[in-house]
Amino acid sequence: MPKLNSATELEELRQDILSKRDPNKRCIAICAGTGCLALGCGKVITAFKEEVRKQGLEGKIDIRETGCPGFCENGTVVTIYPEGIFYIKVMPEDATEIISQTIIEKKVIERLLYVDPATNEKVVHEKDVPFYKYQTRILIGNNSKLDPKSMDDYIALGGYSALAKALSHMTPEQVLEEVKKSNIRGRGGGGFPAGRKWESVRNAPGEPKYVIVNCDEGDPGAFMNRALMEGNPHSVLEGLTIGAYAIGSHEGFIYVRAEYPLAVENVGIAIRQAEEYGLLGENIFGSGFDFKVKVHRGAGAFVSGESSALMTAIEGRVGEPRPKYVHTSEKGIWDSPSCLNNVETWANVPLIINNGADWFDSIGSERNTGTKIFSLVGKVNNTGLVEVPLGTSLQHIIYKIGGGIPGGKKFKAVQTGGPSGGCIPEKFLDAPVDYDELAKLGAIMGSGGMIVMDEDTCMVDTARYFLDFLADESCGKCTPCREGIRQMLGILTDICEGRGKEGDIELLEELAEVVKDTSLCALGGTAPNPILTTLRYFRDEYKAHIEQKKCPTFVCKELTSYYIDPAKCEACLICLRNCPVGAIDGGKGKIHVIDQSKCTKCGTCFDICPDRFNAIARISGEPVPPPPSEEERVVVRVEK
Amino acid sequence: MVTVELDKVDEIIDRYVGEEGILIQLLLDIQSELNWIPKEALERISERLKIPVSQIYRIASFYKAMSLTPRGRHIVNVCLGTACHVRGGPRIMDRAKQILGIDAGETTPDMKFTLERVNCLGCCALGPVVVVDRDYHGKITPAKVKEIIETCD
Repeated sequence: MPKLNSATELEELRQDILSKRDPNKRCIAICAGTGCLALGCGKVITAFKEEVRKQGLEGKIDIRETGCPGFCENGTVVTIYPEGIFYIKVMPEDATEIISQTIIEKKVIERLLYVDPATNEKVVHEKDVPFYKYQTRILIGNNSKLDPKSMDDYIALGGYSALAKALSHMTPEQVLEEVKKSNIRGRGGGGFPAGRKWESVRNAPGEPKYVIVNCDEGDPGAFMNRALMEGNPHSVLEGLTIGAYAIGSHEGFIYVRAEYPLAVENVGIAIRQAEEYGLLGENIFGSGFDFKVKVHRGAGAFVSGESSALMTAIEGRVGEPRPKYVHTSEKGIWDSPSCLNNVETWANVPLIINNGADWFDSIGSERNTGTKIFSLVGKVNNTGLVEVPLGTSLQHIIYKIGGGIPGGKKFKAVQTGGPSGGCIPEKFLDAPVDYDELAKLGAIMGSGGMIVMDEDTCMVDTARYFLDFLADESCGKCTPCREGIRQMLGILTDICEGRGKEGDIELLEELAEVVKDTSLCALGGTAPNPILTTLRYFRDEYKAHIEQKKCPTFVCKELTSYYIDPAKCEACLICLRNCPVGAIDGGKGKIHVIDQSKCTKCGTCFDICPDRFNAIARISGEPVPPPPSEEERVVVRVEK
Repeated sequence: MVTVELDKVDEIIDRYVGEEGILIQLLLDIQSELNWIPKEALERISERLKIPVSQIYRIASFYKAMSLTPRGRHIVNVCLGTACHVRGGPRIMDRAKQILGIDAGETTPDMKFTLERVNCLGCCALGPVVVVDRDYHGKITPAKVKEIIETCD
């Protein structure tokens, strides 16, 4: 491939790619993101390729392996273009039928369509699925339109035109001004205005300057960065290169966490392609601007996502944070001015340059411009990635797009912002989701994780979960974080295991304040948030655990017992056979009894007891009734 | 430790000689090649790159992706990310511990299994998730754990 030397050459190449492509050619787009991969999309892809070969359709239809379009709940998802026919839960054995029916006969296969649970109607086209319809998919929307391993696909969609525009028609100052004017805030969590950060790195004394992509998406329950990195790596690279131009940097790093092997692979391919086309390297687009990028793999440490820690890790040292009296924008990697932004922030940059700051500023709410991708997970019907303008209400995200809570359960809380975030209860469902509103509620935006919890979730256990995570991930460098988190975790564990005592809540609050105020970095500084918000909104639940030794949701094992109601047990043997530890005694015609000393409280019997009997009861906060006597255990069946 | 393995370590070191800030990447490569990082490998890196062993050991012991003890032939990863947690991940972990007779982070005496806890793999829609080697198993119940483990040879 000859190098592209100017914006004109890029446009010529784009036209050339488009002219060779028939817009009406059928294309089967199959999601090959990690979610669908886990559901076996590899076999689906192979089946389609095989079927195309068998039916002699090679060259007549395209099969595109795309990034994650976000609707993970229904994987493997397959979209047929140009019509946009949308099939869900596709299995390898469906390939033959899709090709013969939909591709050749142009018929829609009813059984593979998405059924809108609200109306019970089948939806044919991708754009009409409520999960997509109510979103504003300016970033994630491209994922299903391109093969992340294909440079041509990205260029065909107008890729790298923003870079061409910036390098050919704008000065670095103009690019910087445009980004500042767009009011985009960093998507990594803190929400610091990206333009201002760029400016301070640009103005900081010292050379060289570095730009960095933070893809150390460590928050459990968040995977939007992974989806962008895997699904559209060129958009991140393009944004990074534009940023480097504005800042005056000639070297960039992309830091990807160890758990994302596919992202590492795809971004590596993208970098090689960009180098081949001359979009990375020396004298890009003949502008005289040089820029190179390296990938740095993380090695499994949550704290390394913190900016100063991440930079230390790039230097090849242990990724621990340092005090930030001197900002990383002045002294970052190897003490040089360094600009670190999240994947999603960088991916927004080409859009801002192409469409203008005013366009970007018009999306979202005041001081919170643009869209944000959230990963909507937990107890929600439509798990997946949701992109909406900032300021959209929780209600809209969870109910309209997310389809509400499964199994007719009641909504209890939504946890935003990962381990540093907080739990927001039902009464704030109307709250707009933006940086400032979430902070007011005691939560944070974080990188955009949104974990929905229903009435079966124990809030004390949730707080304990996050503290356990943070205790494990604290690097141990500063005392308040290392010791404080461990003490708070100890108290929470006691409460969850029935050893809670009066004064524990107050002690937790006191400790929380100290850890918050005195920790070195944001990990410790925000670690008490899960406790503080659950205490703020769910104090009664803490009290029930402490005073009555009762877990109202039956989650805390030590406070819960399983008991077979002799009046309901039909001695069907199902629970007895499935109990993993053989704790259930009984037989045919003999009412089953759980040996409480053997029971590990795994809940298998509760899950498996047929609904028509519903004989297993969960008990918390009160003693388990004694088992019936041997005579009482004989089931007398009424002869029909 | 057999010589073949040190050859592999040397090969990996060769890729990085002369570059700055490569220690983490180098150790990751050794981990993925040998499935653990033996003491001899740490010493070899130290010798060839003139970096104190203490510094290398500090990195190797800090990161979760690196193991200083040999690991089993099969790695059983139970996801305990938030989404998996609220969907019953801890019960899955309990069951896995029970079946394998080891704690998270440990390896069975026959070197067949290593049990690990992972905090989110980003496939939350499938929670609770168990990953054995590279195979993902979604929407797991405690009853299914045994089946999954038993299919490993």
